[in-house]
Amino acid sequence: MSVYPYLVAGWLMAVGIIGIVRGRNLVQTVICLSVAQSATYVLLLSVGYQRHATPPVFGEPASKPNFHVVDPVVQALTLTDIVVSATVTALLLSLAIQIHKRHGTLDPNELNTLEG
Amino acid sequence: MSPRVRLLVLAVGGIALAVLVVPALVGLPHFGGSVHPYRTHAVVASVAHHSANVISSINFDQRGLDTLGEESIFLASVLGVVVLLRPAEEETETASLGGGPVLESTKLAGYAMVPITLMLGFNIVTHGHLTPGGGFQGGVVLGTGIHLLYVAGTYRALQRARPIQVFDWGEAIGAGAFACLGIASLAMTGAFLAAVIPTAPLGHLFSAGTVPLLNGAVGVEVASGTAVLLAKFLEQAIRVRPAAKETEP
Repeated sequence: MSVYPYLVAGWLMAVGIIGIVRGRNLVQTVICLSVAQSATYVLLLSVGYQRHATPPVFGEPASKPNFHVVDPVVQALTLTDIVVSATVTALLLSLAIQIHKRHGTLDPNELNTLEG
Repeated sequence: MSPRVRLLVLAVGGIALAVLVVPALVGLPHFGGSVHPYRTHAVVASVAHHSANVISSINFDQRGLDTLGEESIFLASVLGVVVLLRPAEEETETASLGGGPVLESTKLAGYAMVPITLMLGFNIVTHGHLTPGGGFQGGVVLGTGIHLLYVAGTYRALQRARPIQVFDWGEAIGAGAFACLGIASLAMTGAFLAAVIPTAPLGHLFSAGTVPLLNGAVGVEVASGTAVLLAKFLEQAIRVRPAAKETEP
């Protein structure tokens, strides 16, 4: 099954989105967003994978530079992706703390009022 | 919107998304195949600058400008957290920091791991162009490693070992150093973040041109930023309390 890793990425994205919509707690929502974002890591890394290839890190004399490595471009993109995901998570969690202070609840269903 | 309607909207959107995404995923190049055109170009460019870790070369040499943006996102996020988590008017920061009892074995393990973790973090940052790792990864190890002091001991010990002001500066200095290196190379070669430093052969510590310097700048920034982030969240849990309510008339 050569599409299996891609379908795993699609599944992770779906579970994350369902979790966000059905969440009863904002912290759960933030974690589900991280799950949905991790789908992109799986997708990127599986696009760049090559069977029996080595990591794109060279060093004399064990592994001389060669082209038989997995795609480093998508790995670099995944690193960027993880950094962005971590920053978004930190910011959203601090927002959740503020919401809990203001409203005394983290249930999105109970947050109906706008407050200045 | 009732939960039922919300699920209905989700189902409609999900089906529409699946109709588009599943054919796209099935139509991707076969998993594990050998056709990676970008790989070929990236490896050639990386070896030309004697960078052993191609991923670091991509992040700090070939896509340096993107990494500057990535770093700015991190800086902005830390700034946002600091602003959001500052004590509000109706809150006070308590001075009483009584902690629960800590197991002796936890203390021992914690104190033993602090130097090892910090050393590992430095190693990951400084060898980011040679082995897997780099400024972002090593920075996170460093920033969290300091907080082992809290796990092992007391919040007070952590406060003594981690003057938060220094990390505020470190955050700004790291981010500024990255931009300054870019401007310096712009002045020297006419290209922003170009590799300006002559390099040693591939695999040596001082190889890969500007990559180790940029890695170091990012390492300082991320280590400081992570420390500030964790400090702010810890402060919320431990020190910030709602002020005693005034009795209503």
